[in-house]
Amino acid sequence: MIRVQREDFDPAAALAELTRGNHRIGGVASFIGLVRDVAEGAPLRAMTLEHYPGMTEKKLAEIEAEARRRWPLEASLVIHRYGRLEPGDRIVLVATASPHRAAAFESCAFLVDWLKTKAPFWKHEETEAGGRWVEARVGDDAAAARWTQE
Amino acid sequence: MKLLYFAWLRARIGTAEETLDPPPEVTDVASLLRWLQGRGPGYAEALKDLSVVRVAVNHDYVPPSHPVRSGDEVALFPPMTGG
Repeated sequence: MIRVQREDFDPAAALAELTRGNHRIGGVASFIGLVRDVAEGAPLRAMTLEHYPGMTEKKLAEIEAEARRRWPLEASLVIHRYGRLEPGDRIVLVATASPHRAAAFESCAFLVDWLKTKAPFWKHEETEAGGRWVEARVGDDAAAARWTQE
Repeated sequence: MKLLYFAWLRARIGTAEETLDPPPEVTDVASLLRWLQGRGPGYAEALKDLSVVRVAVNHDYVPPSHPVRSGDEVALFPPMTGG
């Protein structure tokens, strides 16, 4: 399931909903991304996430479908927020559920790595020095690329 | 053709969205970007380094050789930084 929303989410409620009634699930792996309080060494006031409505949902659904093609998942969930966020705020929740832990761990890491480089989101950071658009990291591309060699 | 701009491309071009009618020589993404570069200083500044510009046509990422047509929705943006 894909949710793209401005408002915060409740991780415990989301994970409980993910597995409710499905007793084939033996393990759930999850990742929560949070806003840090520093940007390039300067204190961060806020971060604004811009996205491309319509394409965002489509790309996240494609990435989720790819995970479910590669691993035997019983359930999966991506919640990604947009708009203005402050340090400590939740940005993203990725969760995968499978009969066994390896598939859950691996597919969760895959989803996080792929959505960073394939979903149309852009971060704008506000510090005391002003605002700046976050540049894509070479490390993110490398993290995403490791899944194409398997 | 509907053009959408995101992140610093939107800031430099000065608009989030516009409908344009490119000339006949604009047949693919590469020729569209060349034509847009000549539309004004904001476009030239935003599109001066095409190695950091990504393009989607109708919600799919495409290479410079991808054809563009009058009814397309074409989005220009920098590399993604989500997650």
